[in-house]
Amino acid sequence: MRVYHFTEQPYPDAWEDHTESLRVTLPNRRVDPVIAANLLNRYYDEWVLADELGLDVMVNEHHQTATCMSATSIVALSVLARITKRARILILGYPIGHRTDPLRVAEELAMVDLVSRGRLDMGFIKGVPYEFACSNQNAVGVMDRFWDAHDFIIKAMTTHDGPFNWESENFHYRQVNIWPRPYQQPHPPVWSTTASRGNARVLGERGYVMSVLGSGYSTRPVYDAYREGYKAAGRGMAPADRFGYLGLISVAATEQKARERAEIIATYLRSGEHVAPAFKNPPGYLSVEDNARLLRGQTAPRSVTKDGRKIDMRKGSVQELIDAAVMFCGTPDQVFEQITDFADYCGGVGNLLMMGHAGTLSHAETVDNLTVFAKEVLPRLKTYRQPTLDDAIAAA
Amino acid sequence: MTTVDDVAYLYLDLLQELDLRDVTLVGVSLGAWIAAELAVKSTERLAKLVLANPVGIKVGSRETRDIADFFAMSDDEFNAAAFADPAIAVRDYKSMLEAQVLRVAKNREAFARFAWSPFMHNPKLSSRLHRVNVPTLFLWGSQDRIVSQDYGRAYCAAVPGARFELIEAAGHFPHIEQPEIFAAKVLDFMEYDGSSRRVAGAGR
Repeated sequence: MRVYHFTEQPYPDAWEDHTESLRVTLPNRRVDPVIAANLLNRYYDEWVLADELGLDVMVNEHHQTATCMSATSIVALSVLARITKRARILILGYPIGHRTDPLRVAEELAMVDLVSRGRLDMGFIKGVPYEFACSNQNAVGVMDRFWDAHDFIIKAMTTHDGPFNWESENFHYRQVNIWPRPYQQPHPPVWSTTASRGNARVLGERGYVMSVLGSGYSTRPVYDAYREGYKAAGRGMAPADRFGYLGLISVAATEQKARERAEIIATYLRSGEHVAPAFKNPPGYLSVEDNARLLRGQTAPRSVTKDGRKIDMRKGSVQELIDAAVMFCGTPDQVFEQITDFADYCGGVGNLLMMGHAGTLSHAETVDNLTVFAKEVLPRLKTYRQPTLDDAIAAA
Repeated sequence: MTTVDDVAYLYLDLLQELDLRDVTLVGVSLGAWIAAELAVKSTERLAKLVLANPVGIKVGSRETRDIADFFAMSDDEFNAAAFADPAIAVRDYKSMLEAQVLRVAKNREAFARFAWSPFMHNPKLSSRLHRVNVPTLFLWGSQDRIVSQDYGRAYCAAVPGARFELIEAAGHFPHIEQPEIFAAKVLDFMEYDGSSRRVAGAGR
């Protein structure tokens, strides 16, 4: 199992006394540039530490929000490509549903792959609903635009005999011939995320790495849909390295210390709720049928615990988050047990995306969290035997 | 179909398919925009045009929001901006038929499909309005806070010879808040030089 350290690079001072949305409309007067500079540099330091400790690293991007200062992932990718030495560098994700220019995306990612000498993992996502207000891209048709951009980027990275033409419904280029081209051949590994079985199957057919976030003990059906697609495309049984799972992690020498830390890390989930309602669901992002269900007051899906309880991860207690495998928390032994128990249930998880920092967790706490994890848990996860097909069926 | 332009051509095809002539075309809000786009393409089958609280053009500077960003509003905020009496706009989705709720969701998606960006207008339309060569009436719910009366008057000034009339105690949808006054004004306008009584609605 590989483990990627991830932080959203938050600006947590802004949500101590805010009264409304943390996203889209929060005035940037609330940012003290000196504090922001210190935080960003500190987060890079923690990624360098992760690299030195044997972890991989993951970055993301959001817009107009205090919860994530990474307003363009290419900056963090570029810095990390140069200052880390050995870690895989995962962007999850690059919101190509919001980008107007996929040619620029292909050029940027090819350069990051070169500077890092082939350490880039290239995660593409359509983008979160509330950021269509920021990018002014239309949520209607976003999945078509996503695949159009994806197809273009892959073709741009893998075409080596001079310019090609691309005139689709969404993008128009006549002389596409990127220089330089990626280090990894034929192109850096593609990742994506989803919560839906339909999309999971499509990702399986393409053989891409699929990650899910916080779905806990309702993850299995999404993974199984991926496995069906993978198999249907003639690839056989999908290996564990095709699957990722993002979990919040708090590990410490004592359970009590880990629980204290977990309360701070859980603010990541709780801050996610502060979005003005109108931005949460732009027309076209969900299907007409799903929107009709929402209008009739039927609630969004919840995370599920191993014993079948439904948890609202934005409000759940730390214990509930642990029960739902949204968070892995405790001593190294406990965390190892929780992770492998969950991976067994999933039928294998080859990539653990570890939110090792969130909210106001201090630098010293983050360093301790990463260090204890890397020294006490990671070596055991490296030798963890992923379930075989028979194990997976038995667990299901 | 992804643009209001496409919808205008659809309605032109429909007029032809049904062989309608001397039509008085009435539109409200987005519907009025569609009607205006249709009229700048061809008035061959039109007798008159009625545009009620239309959107569809850009009037102010690049930093002026001519049309309220209703995609950034909650339902309550939208109702307060769009209606003189917001109470009449409140919907209880739980007691509505499933098919009705689906239609609400579809309409909301259609607004975004056709008018997300450029937001609720076609940058080319103002410079084409001079082509409208049928008598045109602008009706304006006086308490509209989605688009201002100044916007409506500027729109009216771009259509040769167009008249402008207010409807009091109505907002962005005067046909919903003052249906009788709205209908009377349309009928008066149809009669004033004795042309056709046929009405084709372009929806809301």
